[in-house]
Amino acid sequence: MRYIPHSEAETRAMLDSMGLASVQDLFQCIPAALRLTADLPIPRGKSELELERYFYQLSRENDGVLEFTTFLGAGAYNHYVPAVIDGIISRSEFFTAYTPYQPEVSQGTLQAIFEYQTMVSQLTGMDVTNASMYDGATAVTEAVLLAQRARSNTAKVIVAGSLHPFYRQVMRTYVANFNLAVEEVPWDPTGRVDLTALAAAVDDATAAVVVQSPNFFGAVEDVAECARIAHARKALLVMAVTEAASLAAFKAPGELGADVVAGEGQSFGIPVSFGGPYLGIFSTRSEHLRRMPGRVVGMTEDTRGRRGFVLTLSTREQHIRREKATSNICTNQGLCALMASVYLAYTGKSGLRELCRQNLAKAHYAREQLCAVPGVGPRFSAPFFNEFVLTLPGDPHAFARFCKERRIVPGVPLKWFYPGLDQDMLFCVTEVNQRAEIDALVAATREFFARP
Amino acid sequence: MTQRVRNTISIDEKLLFEQAPGNRSSCDFPPLDVPSGEMTDYLPAALLRDDIPGFPELNEVEVVRHYTRLSTYNYNVDLGLYPLGSCTMKYNPKINEKLARIPAFVQAHPLQLHENTQGCLKVLQKLADLLVKITGMDGVTLQPLAGAHGELTGMMLIRAALTARGNPRRKVLIPDSAHGTNPASAVLCGYTTVTLKSDASGCIDLDELRRHLDPDVACLMMTVPNTLGVFEKNIQEVARLVHANGSFLYMDGANFNAFIGVARPGDMGVDVMHLNLHKTFSTPHGGGGPGAGPVVVVKELVPFLPVPVVATRPDGNLFLDYNRPQSIGRVAAFYGNFGVLLRALAYILREGSDGLRQVAENAVLNANYIRHHLSRDFHLEYQQPTLHEVVFDDKNQAEAGVHTMDMAKRLLDLGFHPPTVYFPLIVPNAIMIEPTESESKAELDAFIDTMRQIAREAREAPKLLQDAPQDIRNTRFDETLAARKPVLTWKGTGPA
Repeated sequence: MRYIPHSEAETRAMLDSMGLASVQDLFQCIPAALRLTADLPIPRGKSELELERYFYQLSRENDGVLEFTTFLGAGAYNHYVPAVIDGIISRSEFFTAYTPYQPEVSQGTLQAIFEYQTMVSQLTGMDVTNASMYDGATAVTEAVLLAQRARSNTAKVIVAGSLHPFYRQVMRTYVANFNLAVEEVPWDPTGRVDLTALAAAVDDATAAVVVQSPNFFGAVEDVAECARIAHARKALLVMAVTEAASLAAFKAPGELGADVVAGEGQSFGIPVSFGGPYLGIFSTRSEHLRRMPGRVVGMTEDTRGRRGFVLTLSTREQHIRREKATSNICTNQGLCALMASVYLAYTGKSGLRELCRQNLAKAHYAREQLCAVPGVGPRFSAPFFNEFVLTLPGDPHAFARFCKERRIVPGVPLKWFYPGLDQDMLFCVTEVNQRAEIDALVAATREFFARP
Repeated sequence: MTQRVRNTISIDEKLLFEQAPGNRSSCDFPPLDVPSGEMTDYLPAALLRDDIPGFPELNEVEVVRHYTRLSTYNYNVDLGLYPLGSCTMKYNPKINEKLARIPAFVQAHPLQLHENTQGCLKVLQKLADLLVKITGMDGVTLQPLAGAHGELTGMMLIRAALTARGNPRRKVLIPDSAHGTNPASAVLCGYTTVTLKSDASGCIDLDELRRHLDPDVACLMMTVPNTLGVFEKNIQEVARLVHANGSFLYMDGANFNAFIGVARPGDMGVDVMHLNLHKTFSTPHGGGGPGAGPVVVVKELVPFLPVPVVATRPDGNLFLDYNRPQSIGRVAAFYGNFGVLLRALAYILREGSDGLRQVAENAVLNANYIRHHLSRDFHLEYQQPTLHEVVFDDKNQAEAGVHTMDMAKRLLDLGFHPPTVYFPLIVPNAIMIEPTESESKAELDAFIDTMRQIAREAREAPKLLQDAPQDIRNTRFDETLAARKPVLTWKGTGPA
């Protein structure tokens, strides 16, 4: 009734015009035994004011979110979100539109997606990018499925142990129902994938090698060497990304030999929002275009020769191909792709460069200061972007509890993800972390570990 | 005839990459408060890129103008009726947008301490509880990120339960009226699919079902009401047959808005069902996502739900429980599309038990009003009573050389978004209309008048339809050209 415009008189007039006595007559097709005779066992509707009070009350139970300083990354990154993004995506024309099935009245969405595809391709150095996937984890999994389609008679994928643990879990959930084994290779003392172990693991039955860079430990991988090892046995190199901002700093994955770049685009203007909605990025080479999952927008012209954009190559997709489709994916993360587009267009080439420089400067400052605390040391030696692992001279969980009293969430203890890394913690420092906050973290570290 | 709103800007907005060069991004950052260096001070130069060739560099005003101009080329549900059948383009309440932007929710990191995010966890738990009660099922996962993702998750749950019983089985039965995602999801879960032919009323043919039920059948996937809008009158018998075969009954919940508050899948013998929160529960479609596809299940399937699930500690605090040994695992990086889930919770609480029932009643009333008043002009292949949508076709107009696509495109000229066309496949040249409960009588009457005008034009001036649209910004696009010579990124030139 809150969002239903009919007056009683109008409802009556509509029923009369159809020769019906009551709306209930329209539900006679549902067997009587199944029709509810009582209301659903949930509360009656609330007014808008009550609703707002309810949610503000709940938000106060998230108090720490605004009051604590956090150094959390691990697949979700605290970057500044410029106001312009919400200003654009709040327009009804974007957020209350459907998938652009009628291109003549959807050119806004379609051109924006085409521009998204272009900007992401420029960043990844790949030929094509789809209109987006659900999130980083499902995008990487779909990349593996593409590789298996591209390399028939393959039965396994080799995955770096430093791929995000949640991404590896999602991949295992998906492939459990296929004849596809997931083998993990370890990392070396630098924090990068052990190239000797990788070369030994890849064989002719390998569909793909999956390497994340920067990886879960923050280490920047030698992607070119991983690609050479994969290609030597005709396997595809899938480069996974969780921190998309790093794409603006490092050599383009396409230049390094990646066949698919798949990952998370949340860093591009999408808030951390307790884990979603985020943005799955998926780019690949032209040769895999017709195996690519998801929607894609292409340029064309109308009958008067005016340039425009349409959803295209839909013969890959489920609504045409049904059981023979390249994926079951249907909708994408359209509005999140728009957020990323606005972010990239607004930030621009020079802004992205400064963003990367600030992340590098702050993360390196933080690591240097933390490592000056007696007993604290870097776990790995590889170059890093804005995340790094430190070994602590004590229990990371006890340290985290101590920091809580100082209103700091220091980082992610790795023990839960990697038994054996019991004293290690993953820190993330971005442009939003101020020097005073970093110094407070360092002071807390010094104080906790100086205690007897 | 009706004069509909148009807000299209007349100029052609260039691509971001074609804007005048020489501008400088307005994006700035606070001065670095730590020792400042260049990128090469931190990383080996060999790892770094020099440039991002072709990447835009624009001023904030230009960016805002660009996207605002683009936005005027879009139809949207805040502008008017958007009668896409099966898509449920209902109104997206403004309060939900406000609530979803509360900073303490938006800025909650998914790995933040549980004690700092009790509010987020309560949102998830409350929504889970309400969805279970609304559907009459026993458990739910909120993790799937879209409807098709929910389908896949549901199939994985069935497979896990059958494997636990000793045999995952090999086949999934799917009626020919189903959404295309159903077979694709079943295949992605390692099953082969068997298509069931519908009976003369568009429902499941019980004899056909009996013939196909064998020990290899894992489940029957059905959409209720089906894609014709017809409620499966034999659903209880279907459930009995499926269960007697040791198989599961999967309900595609894309059309749940047709009977929410009126009946419950849990009372019908359904074992698994995904819900499209962006359909029934009003969350915005966003030009194609993000959606959310929670999956509700019966007791037997609860142990297999994805990890983590929200659980309560003895002290009353909530936490994310990973200790579920039979779980199929994760299906997404984190806990689902939290921002979408929050909007759905707001919608359910605002409507309540009284409002949700009215949602179904008015969605069905509106669809039947359109059906009643258009059935003299348009051919209705299936005559059975329908709920929230109605599927016509172009048989009455085809003789004049006017086809479904022509009528859809003429609607654009006349200021409406067209219905879903050429789906479901069991009605050739289908015109599938779903008005939802959001539309006023005046808006419905305007649509009905316009459709009748189109039927008249088909008889008297078919060329008007065959050439449509002519009165809006663009005429029809050459989709063959787009597919034959794909231009998927800007390289400085158009299609050759």
